[in-house]
Amino acid sequence: MITNQVKQKFIEIVGSENYFDSKTERLVYSYDATPNFQSMPDAVIVPSNKDDVASIVKLCNAYHIPIVPRGSGTNLCAGTCPTEGGLVIIFTRMNQILEIDEENLTVTVQPGVITQDLINAVEQRGLFYPPDPSSMKISTIGGNINENSGGLRGLKYGVTRDYVLALEAVLPNGDIIQTGGKLAKDVAGYDLTRLFVGSEGTLCVITEATLKLIPMPETKKTMLALYEDLEAAARTVSSIIANRIIPTTLEFLDQPTLEVVEDFAKIGLPTDVKAVLLIEQDGTADIVEHDMEKIRTICLKEQAKSVQIAKTTEEAAALTAARRAALSALARLKPTTILEDATVPRSEIAKMVKAINEIAEKYNVKICTFGHAGDGNLHPTVPTDARNEEEMERVEKAFEEIFARAIELGGTITGEHGVGVMKAPYLEWKLGSAGISAMKAIKEAFDPNNIMNPGKVFAKETRKRVVVSK
Amino acid sequence: MTTSKEKQIIHDQFKEKMDYDELLNCMRCGFCLPSCPTYIESGLKESHSPRGRIALMKAVVDGIIEPDEDVERTLELCLGCRACEPVCPSGVKYGHLLEEARDIINQNKKHSLPAKVIRKTVFEGLFPHPNRMKFATSLLGFYQRSGIQKIAQKSGVMRLFPETMATMEKVLPKAPTLKEMKNRPEFLEAYGKRNKRVAFFSGCLMDTMFLETNNATTKLLQLAGCDIVIPKQQTCCGALHGHSGEKASAKELAKRNIQAFEELEVDYIITNAGGCGAFLVDYDHLLNKDPEWRERAEAFATKIKDVSSILVEMNFFKKPLKLTPQVITYQDSCHLRNVQGTYFEPRTLLKSIEGVTYVEMKEADRCCGSAGIYNIVESEMSMQILDHKMVNAKATNAKTIVTANPGCLLQMKLGIEREGLSHSVRAIHIVDLLLEAVETASLTTSGNVINLNEDKNDIGLTS
Ligand SMILES: Cc1cc2nc3c(=O)[nH]c(=O)nc-3n(C[C@H](O)[C@H](O)[C@H](O)COP(=O)(O)OP(=O)(O)OC[C@H]3O[C@@H](n4cnc5c(N)ncnc54)[C@H](O)[C@@H]3O)c2cc1C
Ligand code: SF4
Ligand code: SF4
Repeated sequence: MITNQVKQKFIEIVGSENYFDSKTERLVYSYDATPNFQSMPDAVIVPSNKDDVASIVKLCNAYHIPIVPRGSGTNLCAGTCPTEGGLVIIFTRMNQILEIDEENLTVTVQPGVITQDLINAVEQRGLFYPPDPSSMKISTIGGNINENSGGLRGLKYGVTRDYVLALEAVLPNGDIIQTGGKLAKDVAGYDLTRLFVGSEGTLCVITEATLKLIPMPETKKTMLALYEDLEAAARTVSSIIANRIIPTTLEFLDQPTLEVVEDFAKIGLPTDVKAVLLIEQDGTADIVEHDMEKIRTICLKEQAKSVQIAKTTEEAAALTAARRAALSALARLKPTTILEDATVPRSEIAKMVKAINEIAEKYNVKICTFGHAGDGNLHPTVPTDARNEEEMERVEKAFEEIFARAIELGGTITGEHGVGVMKAPYLEWKLGSAGISAMKAIKEAFDPNNIMNPGKVFAKETRKRVVVSK
Repeated sequence: MTTSKEKQIIHDQFKEKMDYDELLNCMRCGFCLPSCPTYIESGLKESHSPRGRIALMKAVVDGIIEPDEDVERTLELCLGCRACEPVCPSGVKYGHLLEEARDIINQNKKHSLPAKVIRKTVFEGLFPHPNRMKFATSLLGFYQRSGIQKIAQKSGVMRLFPETMATMEKVLPKAPTLKEMKNRPEFLEAYGKRNKRVAFFSGCLMDTMFLETNNATTKLLQLAGCDIVIPKQQTCCGALHGHSGEKASAKELAKRNIQAFEELEVDYIITNAGGCGAFLVDYDHLLNKDPEWRERAEAFATKIKDVSSILVEMNFFKKPLKLTPQVITYQDSCHLRNVQGTYFEPRTLLKSIEGVTYVEMKEADRCCGSAGIYNIVESEMSMQILDHKMVNAKATNAKTIVTANPGCLLQMKLGIEREGLSHSVRAIHIVDLLLEAVETASLTTSGNVINLNEDKNDIGLTS
């Protein structure tokens, strides 16, 4: 609850044109890209600088008002769904690229910068920022950092964590701190930068970030390998890695996914095969040439039906763009689309793909699978209908079993989408109770009043995924 | 104010009529956000984004919120440009959702008396009646020719009107006389060899205020080798009605048009206004719950083709086309591009004109803010969008801005006027420009202008 008196104080900080609490404005921040979660915040606020953020956070701390920092709300774990009401903080006015430092190869940005805008800006200077979540046209850097997002290039270049050098953050008590710096080496004290990356808005509000850039690779080639057999495709993934080749991108799409993606993108994707691998390699021309040739041989050896290399950069770009649309395109199939994020060591990809198919059969649900196969990160996705309670129950059970299986194979419950509310019930499977306690201790130390994105990451008694409240 | 009784009725009708599957089909990925002009111009407010609007419509159905003024406002401020549709990987038919929602709200809200009178005049009294349209246009022509316009402009009386309207008054084309408008023949024969038989959807505004453009269109079609039928019984397409929450009238008009065109045995029905074309293509959706009309509407809709599309199909761009050297840019008609998917055809035609340097405008596919009567009723947002557009238009250094829809044409003229560029930059409909290019080419090749009004004896051009 935000009383009138507190509301006035918020308005004093940002002005009435940046504070909203009409039903309409609250409703449009009651959801994110996670299916079936919705809950109204009490108000929405749009600060324009770190000092305003600090004042806002202090007020919230004093009055125990929950804070939900929100980028573009594209996360898939209900991380920005205000399940306990409170104040949603938006960063659309903090969306400046502050500096591109060509000497230190860094870029400093405000949290509201759109990932794609950042990538475009640095690429214009011949520099490369590799993390490229499929949502990059919409997602913000603040969101990427807090979910530790990965992307199509994660296999070779790693995820957001690997590129965050320094952060400016407002702690729940209103203190503004600086972590890290433009340094290649820095071992002074606890690594708070890494702690904040992936903290899902539960520890602090990020107000600025300095990110590492690398030189732009000279060339790039894109390949599509077609398979009549799902598991053969999965085996190829392990085989490529085992042969000590690390492609930039190694994506897996099964037939149902191919069909919907083609339906949207209309670029002539093959829809009559059981699976495809989308493979990219970048680097100097001779290395790319050499690796692609080796990869082609491996694909064919693992029974690829055919291997095609994109002839033009446009063709290659169309292929990756189409892959990025996979999730939303799957939403064409049924009213509700539930996507998961199970991840296994890449040597276990074939086993996991097989397990997913068996589980789908066992619970009689349709599961379409695609994902960043190269880093073991699969997105089994179920097209379903939230109104069909009986089926939803089977879906839930199937996912439970998928997570259990992933952990058995040495994997995890989420590779890049975060825990949020969606995965909270399963976190303990992965961490054990001691692991949870350690994390809770950290949370309590930073945020004794539990105002920062409460209800996320740590599970409550209930396991229900469906929350709708007014 | 919306009374609580009105809200209740609107809520009930939302529950009853909104396509819930389509609402659920939006998985809230946000892929549509960067394409939405109102989202961008509002300073990235989710409530003015497609994802937000869909969420609001769904929330009304779900009973989570009431359809209050704020909800109405977000729906009103939508341009209906449908830029959110082609980028949506889930294939959400946003335009249909919007149309239904607006219809429900409008039919159940008591408008203020002046608004009622205006709506009734425009939607019932004027647009559906070709003769009245002609008469009204001829009044405008009288106003322009008689000298009253000059007096009005000098006296400053126009300053009493909202800024958009005052400027609009300056940029309106010279209205044709009643006689010119009444001279429309019902059949025109192809010049030279006949390759196709088409029908022409002449429209209401296009056949009055933009008569010249319509004449240019038929001329081009004749040159391309089309026999043209222009049925007299056709009427306004109903787009204005459909987009403004007057669905019932839109359906009536649709039925009249389907009847007018259905027995003509033509290959295509040609349109030259992106907005009309998109609405005509959607007739099958408009009438999909009407068993008697559904199939007839489908048959009609599949025949709709934009003029630039047929010209490309008939290789018109290979004909001699020439203009004095100039930089040209093209502003997409939202509906032509986002609904009919026609965007490379106009560009192909323009690039094929000798003398033309074609420069693509940044964000050419973004709405110019015209959007039916949006620029009058939502003047502030419209002008903000237009100013943004003009920055991109100016950056091309084009002397000619080409459009494919009367609304966009007027809006671009408005933009040119607002920027004080009317002496150096012009906006023109693509068919008018093409005709100009045909004439210039024939002038330089044969040494004399072909008199295109002398009909079919001038077959030299088509060879
Ligand atoms: C179609 C689609 C494809 C996707 N593809 C990928 C993919 O390939 N890889 C991947 O990793 N993810 C993917 N995602 C998930 C999602 O896009 C990412 O998690 C993304 O990083 C979220 O960014 P956002 O700006 O939308 O953040 P939001 O969703 O708004 O927020 C995410 C989290 O960050 C917190 N947060 C945001 N800003 C701040 C801040 N300034 N300070 C503190 N906390 C903050 C929020 O509280 C929340 O917990 C995809 C999502 C969709 C819908
Ligand atoms: S792109 Fe489509 S599915 Fe995604 S939010 Fe927009 S309308 Fe919804
Ligand atoms: S129709 Fe245009 S203005 Fe309306 S939501 Fe879609 S993109 Fe935005």
